[in-house]
Amino acid sequence: MRAFIISTIMLIISGSAHAFDVEDRKVFKGHDGEPVLRIISTADISYFAPMINSFRATRPDVTIDYTVASSTQVMQAIYEEKQPFDLAISSAMDLQIKLANDGYARKHTSYSAQDLPNWAVWNDMVFAFTQEPAGFVISNKLFEGYAIPKNRQELINTLRQNPKKFEGRVGTYDIRKSGAGYLFATQDARASDTYWRLTEVMGTLDPRLYCCASDMIADVVDGTLAIAYNVLASYAEQSPYIDAFTIVLPSDFSTVMLRTMLIPSTSKNPELATSFLNFALSQTHPTETSTMLQTKSLRQAKQSTLTRISLGPGLLVYLDYFKKKHFMEEWENAILQE
Amino acid sequence: MRPNVKGSIRQRLLFMLLLSTAAIAILLYVVVQSVAEQITQESQDNILAASAISILDSARVIDGEISIDLPYSSLSMLDSVTDERAFYAIHLNDEFLSGYADLPRIKNLSDIPTFQSSAYLGEDIRIASTRRSYSTLEGQAFLEVSVAQTLTGLNQSISRVSRLSLAIGFGFFLVSMIVALLIAQSTIRPLHSLTEAVSRRGPSDLRPVTAPVPTEMTPLVASLNSLMIRLQNSLSRSEDFIAEAAHRVRTPMAIVRTQAEVTLRRVEKEENRQTVREMIRAIDESSRTAGQLLDYAMVSFRTDDLAKEIIQLDALLAEIVDRLAPLSELRDVTITLNTPEKLKIVGDQILVQNAIQNVLDNAIKYSDVDTEISILLICKNDKANIIVKDRGYGFDNAEMRDLLKRFKRGQNAQQVIGSGLGLTIVDDIMGAHGGAISLSNNQEGGACVHLSFPL
Repeated sequence: MRAFIISTIMLIISGSAHAFDVEDRKVFKGHDGEPVLRIISTADISYFAPMINSFRATRPDVTIDYTVASSTQVMQAIYEEKQPFDLAISSAMDLQIKLANDGYARKHTSYSAQDLPNWAVWNDMVFAFTQEPAGFVISNKLFEGYAIPKNRQELINTLRQNPKKFEGRVGTYDIRKSGAGYLFATQDARASDTYWRLTEVMGTLDPRLYCCASDMIADVVDGTLAIAYNVLASYAEQSPYIDAFTIVLPSDFSTVMLRTMLIPSTSKNPELATSFLNFALSQTHPTETSTMLQTKSLRQAKQSTLTRISLGPGLLVYLDYFKKKHFMEEWENAILQE
Repeated sequence: MRPNVKGSIRQRLLFMLLLSTAAIAILLYVVVQSVAEQITQESQDNILAASAISILDSARVIDGEISIDLPYSSLSMLDSVTDERAFYAIHLNDEFLSGYADLPRIKNLSDIPTFQSSAYLGEDIRIASTRRSYSTLEGQAFLEVSVAQTLTGLNQSISRVSRLSLAIGFGFFLVSMIVALLIAQSTIRPLHSLTEAVSRRGPSDLRPVTAPVPTEMTPLVASLNSLMIRLQNSLSRSEDFIAEAAHRVRTPMAIVRTQAEVTLRRVEKEENRQTVREMIRAIDESSRTAGQLLDYAMVSFRTDDLAKEIIQLDALLAEIVDRLAPLSELRDVTITLNTPEKLKIVGDQILVQNAIQNVLDNAIKYSDVDTEISILLICKNDKANIIVKDRGYGFDNAEMRDLLKRFKRGQNAQQVIGSGLGLTIVDDIMGAHGGAISLSNNQEGGACVHLSFPL
């Protein structure tokens, strides 16, 4: 069992197995330094700080120790190292479900259930507090003179017709490195065959592969990329250089990811974690107007084209050793065309 | 006398019925519960089996190696209704391939899915396992797939079913309770109607019970009837005996009286005459008693089988006054008969005549010489009322109620010849006709007897 899990984890993560990699860390000091709420999250500090600060306004005594790590490192920290975090926040829905399914999350039933839609809770353990669609981020400068593609088919046509123009200027997640990228890729592949055709077309254009959405956005802004595929619109919207690009949620279908929270079973302060969890849910869910649930691009998109990834054991399928190996091979065959 | 009560048929019946329905209700609950649990379990098993088979179906041998392409639905179907944790394990022979390596394995697998309840990661789970044979590079090998899920949905369904079957059991019990009450009620209804029929009867009604009764009550009614017949026989025997005795006494008594009168004429010595007179008086009293006893027996006999003739009361009264004229004239008593209305009643003419005659006879007997007796016949309160007033001693207030009893005479009437049966006979006749007699005293003195007959 252990050997297998480690091998699975090893596939997802790159780096050492004995200590997870911290990308960033910030301690929000409370009055007395006690109690301490330890959060491990995939979200940047700047993205989540407003939520933390509103919580501290109601509980000034609490110190919040906020650690940023990649989704695979969050998994590593809790699944393998059993680090005593009080709250795990991740955009990798499949890994969050795996944590909960395998008994690494506490049940939490004291939330006000009437405020939560069914899709936002799984097994009273995993709670979604954002909806983040993935879309195209298109450089305005490099697409001058070209029609902005509205869906995957149009994008395929545009790329096919102008191989010279887009050679080396398309970017997407390296799903071997990015949990979110793998999640989007598998969900896209499940939804439509167009995904594979698009991947193959991108493969012919010497694509650039990224670990993180922010790098892709940065490369679109500085003109390295003409188009980035499967970028979280929520990140792109927050970019200060939003004028440099256009965000398109494909009109054939757009995959919507849910950012979720869970209280790890290793938590040393579950009551405090519970109150933070309830606070976060009460900030986002009841009115359905929170920007975390209803981003600008989500509001503008046609509702029927949005495919929300559902929380549930189905997500475990793509974590299966064979399934994953198979999918990676297929993806590599498509994207890495020498 | 209060009956010696022990237990109640109705309660016993009710108790037995409720006991049995409670037992059936509990049985119903248990059966519904266990059947529903089995069905729920089976439907969960079917989903698990479908999941395991879909994984097996996705397995292929490529270049002699097993490749498994887990279908998305194989795990997502487990979670489609309720949130369930799902686990799976894939083995090739004993080599672990993928999934959860420490998921409990079911022994003695066959090609059809096998199920087992177990615990994993601190939760109760249900496992379905199945296997299929593949030829790989190393030869034939069994690919074994186990799929498991937690029991949240199952437990929810079972508790829903539990509530439902509890409601069914309880509802059944309630309905049966009402039915049991009705059954108990209807079972003892014949007993009630028999009781009513017997207690509705008049005091001298000793006819057998003829109303239909259920078979179970036939012995009771038969013995009741035979008791009545025996009672009737013994009553009529004693009445016959009294009448016979009175009859036998009366005739010699008449002879003795005649002889005494003859003797009285012959005897000259005053003290002897007095003795003979007292003798005659005693003989009169005895023969009157004998006469009344005969009357009483006659009344008893006739009231048992009452005739239904139309009686013209005013004519009857006139006839009786006529007949008693010699007696009243003897005492210088005037009888005034006032019949403003012509009233008819239905009854036994001889008995009614006897009753009125008795009352008038008394009135004449107890009236002072040279007084008046008034008789009034009026219709009042839908009844024919005969009111007889005299100017005699009247009734003693303290004794009034007892005077209707047999052989009871007023204290102030000892010197008048009488048997103490007259008013008793009147009362019996009135009772037999559904009428009543009431006694009172006039304000200006004297007795007032009030007979009322239903019209």
